[in-house]
Amino acid sequence: MKRLIALTINGKLHEVAVAPNLTLTDLIRYDLGLTGTKKGCEVGDCGTCTVIMDGKPVNSCLVLAVQADGREVLTIEGVETDEGLHPIQQAFVEKGAIQCGFCSPGMILSAKSLLERNPSPDEGEIRTAISGNLCRCTGYQKIVEAIKEVSNKG
Amino acid sequence: MTEYHVINKRSPRLDAPDKATGRAKYIDDLSLSGMLYGALLQSPFAHARIMNIDTSKAKSLPGVKSVVTAEDAGLVKYGVSPARYDETLFCDERVRYVGDEVAAVAAVDLETAMEAASLIEVEYEELPAVFTPEEALAEGAPQIHDKYPGNLCAEVHQEFGDVAAAFQECDLIRTDTFINKRQDAAFLEPNGCIADFDLNGYLTLHTSTQSPHYVMRTVAMVLGLPVGKVRVVKPYVGGGFGPKAAASPLELSACLLSMKTGKPVKMNYSREQVFLFSRARHQFRHVLTTGVKNDGTIVALTNECHLEGGAYASFGIATVYYGGSLLGAPYKLKNMKYDGYRVYTNKPACGAQRGHGGVAARAAWEQQLDALAKELGMDPVEFRMKNAMEAGDTTCNDLYLSSFGQKECIEAVAEGSGWKEKKGRMPAGKGIGMATGFFVSGAGYPIYRSETAHSTVVIKLSDDGGTATVLTGSAEIGQGSDTVLAMIAAEALGVPLDCIKVRSGDTDFSVDLGAYSSRQTLMTGHAAKEAAEDVKRQILDVLGEKLQIAPDRMDMKNGYVVFEGDAPEYEEIRTLYKKEHRGFKDNPVEGPLTFKEAARAAYLEKGSIVGTGKYKPGELGGKFKGAAVGTSPAYGPSAQVVEVTVDMETGKVTIDKMTDAHDCGFAINVTSVEGQMEGSLSMGLGEAMFEEVKFDDRGRILNANLGEYKIPTALDMPDIETIIVESNEPNGPFGAKEVGEGAIMPTIPAILNAVYDATGVLVQELPLTPERVYMALKEAGKLKK
Repeated sequence: MKRLIALTINGKLHEVAVAPNLTLTDLIRYDLGLTGTKKGCEVGDCGTCTVIMDGKPVNSCLVLAVQADGREVLTIEGVETDEGLHPIQQAFVEKGAIQCGFCSPGMILSAKSLLERNPSPDEGEIRTAISGNLCRCTGYQKIVEAIKEVSNKG
Repeated sequence: MTEYHVINKRSPRLDAPDKATGRAKYIDDLSLSGMLYGALLQSPFAHARIMNIDTSKAKSLPGVKSVVTAEDAGLVKYGVSPARYDETLFCDERVRYVGDEVAAVAAVDLETAMEAASLIEVEYEELPAVFTPEEALAEGAPQIHDKYPGNLCAEVHQEFGDVAAAFQECDLIRTDTFINKRQDAAFLEPNGCIADFDLNGYLTLHTSTQSPHYVMRTVAMVLGLPVGKVRVVKPYVGGGFGPKAAASPLELSACLLSMKTGKPVKMNYSREQVFLFSRARHQFRHVLTTGVKNDGTIVALTNECHLEGGAYASFGIATVYYGGSLLGAPYKLKNMKYDGYRVYTNKPACGAQRGHGGVAARAAWEQQLDALAKELGMDPVEFRMKNAMEAGDTTCNDLYLSSFGQKECIEAVAEGSGWKEKKGRMPAGKGIGMATGFFVSGAGYPIYRSETAHSTVVIKLSDDGGTATVLTGSAEIGQGSDTVLAMIAAEALGVPLDCIKVRSGDTDFSVDLGAYSSRQTLMTGHAAKEAAEDVKRQILDVLGEKLQIAPDRMDMKNGYVVFEGDAPEYEEIRTLYKKEHRGFKDNPVEGPLTFKEAARAAYLEKGSIVGTGKYKPGELGGKFKGAAVGTSPAYGPSAQVVEVTVDMETGKVTIDKMTDAHDCGFAINVTSVEGQMEGSLSMGLGEAMFEEVKFDDRGRILNANLGEYKIPTALDMPDIETIIVESNEPNGPFGAKEVGEGAIMPTIPAILNAVYDATGVLVQELPLTPERVYMALKEAGKLKK
């Protein structure tokens, strides 16, 4: 039996009927077509499905769609500004923080959330903030450098 | 020195904006209309006879479109090395590991497909199983493959020089045993695919692969289709590291189901299934005996290795050869003996992973070399510098080192880390260690015997002359090959990078063996350079005729035609271009003749301008059995220094700093070279410190998830310093060679040697969990109470 929910994603209100066991990841990806949110493990280990819900980064695979009823969700598709790439996205591009790119959306959202809470984090705070986002390609070196780059400006 | 406009710089990757914004499409982001969903039925037993399969309940479930077993798939044997094809798409009479494929289902949605798979009734008779090489090699052990008695998948016996005589000359001889653990590649994107068999009999497979070419051939062979009817297309891929370099049962099942139903079929591995498919790093047990002289000369080495291979060969034939052929170098060793045994067990098949076959051997030997240096009273850096090979040397197993900045790498990390100031002066519990290593820059021969080019590239100009499209079957899997190829093409063609568009990963575009053995920068790069030069020559030929000037008196640089001496009159070409582009805002007004004007003139004369290039290595290596494995047109050496803190009470090891130098020949994209080095260090650190796929006593994986199978997080990685060494490889495009795998070679032993320096204890089994280090300290009487 599906249930009708209403949630705001990237500033746009969506009213959708969802099965009770549908995850927020699957709702975002398959029902709404926002495929920038990735699926790497489906059990909250890898962080590739990270979205920002009511201001906090969450693993969307661990959130049921029905739990997101009435919430505000930001996915990677909502991060760009009217001027183009968000400064964090720009820093990831320029610093070489992206290789295969599968962790990048979640990583960028975790970084964005960190910098909103703490505009000038030290390296330990940066590493802690992205420690729930696994990356197998970069060794995190250039990701940390990219986040530092933005925080220094901020 | 040649001035370059595009290469040897830091370039943002072409794919980065799409990947930063969520626009980049990976396999599970795609869907085709009318698409069905597939699910696999896999064996719950490590070893069992299949007595009966009843698919009737599954077939009658509403929404199910097809159920296939070995009866439908046939029993065509396939695998990676043609000499050891030992798999069939579905098991026929026997299952050989927990996860072995028994059947597949296509249905209208994933839930229905999974439910249908669970409704297939398989009657098994469980058989005794073997899980370790010792069990498998024991007399009377259960046999996994009838064709390979004794569970011996492959054995290698090689001797170079005269090892027995050489040991007689040695002043010091050591024997050590070293064991690593079975690893998972843990790429973040689980394998997935969509197969689409169309109404004209063409099969298109969209898949997360490292090698569209090999997958195309295997699919065609197993499913009985002409190769020309099979097209493999790779969308963006979320990492591969080895296991995605050959066709999988997932891909073959999706293709078969699409052929049966006439509809596109999507299939994904869950994370657990990624672990079950495995095909990643083997467990190696190396017994090494090395003899040296008192002056530090390394004289002789024997290397005996047992590989726990799992139920099928996969890449393992190459792996067992690499386990021997990547030792010897980078040191001037004349006498080396190798005995390698790859053993079948009832576990998932192991295959290739970054640093294929050489990582455990390298860790074992570099650790032993540090122990020898200590006994000789020599500094580890000095010891290695004394023995290091140089460009122009040939190893005892006939690998020719056309460029080889090994000594430069050792010196760079010694200086970069402050080795002299630190070695022997670290406070208690802290240590510093170093190691070297190297890897091939592309396998010298394809995995199947063939005279094929390893890479071909086609470059087509847009008719207005402004854009060149590079068409290649090579695989961008995150390493940055698309950008490197664009940079090489731009430099060779003489245009800025933003004039190049890359379309890659499609078997319709060109032949390319794919992303494995660190081959694409050198091999595909060569083909891209040749194709760009072909295009340039065609343009200059036309221009030469029009301007009455010899083509060799002109060149293209950074988007302009450059003339030797005074520029001729080219107003006619410019006027024509402008006439054709009335209303356009970017027409050339004055100044030098532009690339696009020249290219347009060539188009008007000849029609579409298409250039081609190809690359195939020459004859490489010796004549002995297995000489092909380890051959390469070039080799990339590395050196690393690692600093650690060991808690002498608990055994906890913390990595404080890593300094890495790698000789990549010539850096095409400096940022990407560093990225490959940093990623290599991270994967090596994971294997050294915590990675291990664990099994219960019935062959079931205990930690088939990324929570319990631990890979490094941002908190586990120390600050990394990367130093690029450039040696200008004569066989590489613009002097470039590999970086993606050579850089992982020294990581594990540098960590082990730092722990040895800190504690005086050789830990000879991975990973370095606190428990293992604690026990080692305790045994050595070094535990602090």
